[in-house]
Amino acid sequence: MTTILAIAGLVIKELYRRKDFYVLLVMTVVITAVSWLMNFFGENNIVRLLKSICLMLIWISALVIAVVTTARQIPAERESRTIFPLLAKPVTRRQVLMGKFLGCWLACGIALVVFYLFFGIVTATREHLAVTELIKGFWLQWVMLAIVIGLALLGSIVFAAPSSNSTICFVVVGGILFLGGHLGQVAMHLTEPGRTIVYAVYFLIPHLEWYNQREALVNDRALAAWSYCALATAYAAVYVAALLQATWLVFRRKTLNV
Amino acid sequence: METILETKNLRVEYRPQGRGQPKKLAVRDLNLKVEAGEVFGFLGPNGAGKTTTMNVLLGFVNATSGAAYLFGVDVRQPIARQRIGYLPELTYYYKFLTAEELLRFYARIFGMSRAQADERIEELLKLVELDSARKRPIKTYSKGMQQRVGLAQALINDPDLLILDEPTSGLDPLGRMKVREIIQRLKNEGKTVFFSSHELGEVETVCDRVAIIHQGELKVEGRVDDLVETHQGNLEKIFLSIVGYEGRSAVAAASVTS
Repeated sequence: MTTILAIAGLVIKELYRRKDFYVLLVMTVVITAVSWLMNFFGENNIVRLLKSICLMLIWISALVIAVVTTARQIPAERESRTIFPLLAKPVTRRQVLMGKFLGCWLACGIALVVFYLFFGIVTATREHLAVTELIKGFWLQWVMLAIVIGLALLGSIVFAAPSSNSTICFVVVGGILFLGGHLGQVAMHLTEPGRTIVYAVYFLIPHLEWYNQREALVNDRALAAWSYCALATAYAAVYVAALLQATWLVFRRKTLNV
Repeated sequence: METILETKNLRVEYRPQGRGQPKKLAVRDLNLKVEAGEVFGFLGPNGAGKTTTMNVLLGFVNATSGAAYLFGVDVRQPIARQRIGYLPELTYYYKFLTAEELLRFYARIFGMSRAQADERIEELLKLVELDSARKRPIKTYSKGMQQRVGLAQALINDPDLLILDEPTSGLDPLGRMKVREIIQRLKNEGKTVFFSSHELGEVETVCDRVAIIHQGELKVEGRVDDLVETHQGNLEKIFLSIVGYEGRSAVAAASVTS
């Protein structure tokens, strides 16, 4: 476990020494502040609009941080050859993967805490802040990011270039978020074999849209119950385990460009 | 005397690059034995199979057949690498870290306590003369400084066996002398050093025994003094005659004269 934590610590250190996170945070703050001050849309209920914009920016920023940070981990280790001194120590490839996964997930968690603190401040200045609901929203988004990181890590072993991996990840994650929930209904209106294929896809993909609680947070509605959060966490854990196992199966036999 | 490093009929074949092409035989039934406290030079022209052999010993590449052991443990077991230090030919380290942070990261991997790590880092930074640059990011280091930080990371666990791949490659005379001094010091401490180099004068100075491989095959192995006496020439002459260059150069010289 010490090895995994050491590798995870390295990923976190890398994140806060790079500019990505700060740029996204500043962008979120500036856009939210400008929307607040200018009220461009002449919206009567400016607080709802502000919260909606702020949460959308948080979702986009978190996805960008998760995908981009994860996609470059293993390719950067191979390209800069830092993987060799690392694997020359008593470290297995499985530990490298676990450390990278944990590091990316924790790094995203730290970034999310900062973003949600900002969201909390924005909300608290205008209306009552439901802290418990905010924590649930944070937790569900963070758990969803674990699946996204698992996907990006698998992609980083399969695809050589981090840019192609990132693009594919964004398309897949975006596709699931926007269309994943509708696939069941689409399948019902199809004939065979299309119906079976779409149903198979529906049951195979991780349903990231289940973790999206933005509407409830914006409109001050109660979020999903804690039992739902627990089930969603277990569901994500199964997908993460499967993705990490698949990643290891590919990585353990991968030539490291020696 | 304890055998520290051993290969038994080690054979490594690489998959063909294209269809219809034969497999590339990188190492052919190599048998080597390095005893405790020896400084062993592993020589050969480019493409002879030196780095491949080292990659098998470090667990980066799997042998096609045969076996390799470090401290009597199969190299496929990560624990075999607990007591070794490795310096790769091209040293690149995490550029966003300082030398001190890099060494602390590797110390954590070896499960060293904070106090142990502090003491060891202090000692190593003084040894490689990077004490004054310890807080600077590695990206600001010169090539020689990067090589020295590489040497420090290879020594972090106070290894009993040091594997060095071209340790003086690209270093200025001062840097070479420093590396030579460190190897000599390790030898005096009773450590075993296994290293490849093209600097034959240097090998002759510091090595107890050498092995010369050519086209994946072990051509000669023995004590430096014995080889020099048997072949009646220095190591460079022996090396050139073994790789078949001496004859060719004599023919070329004769044709120029005529």
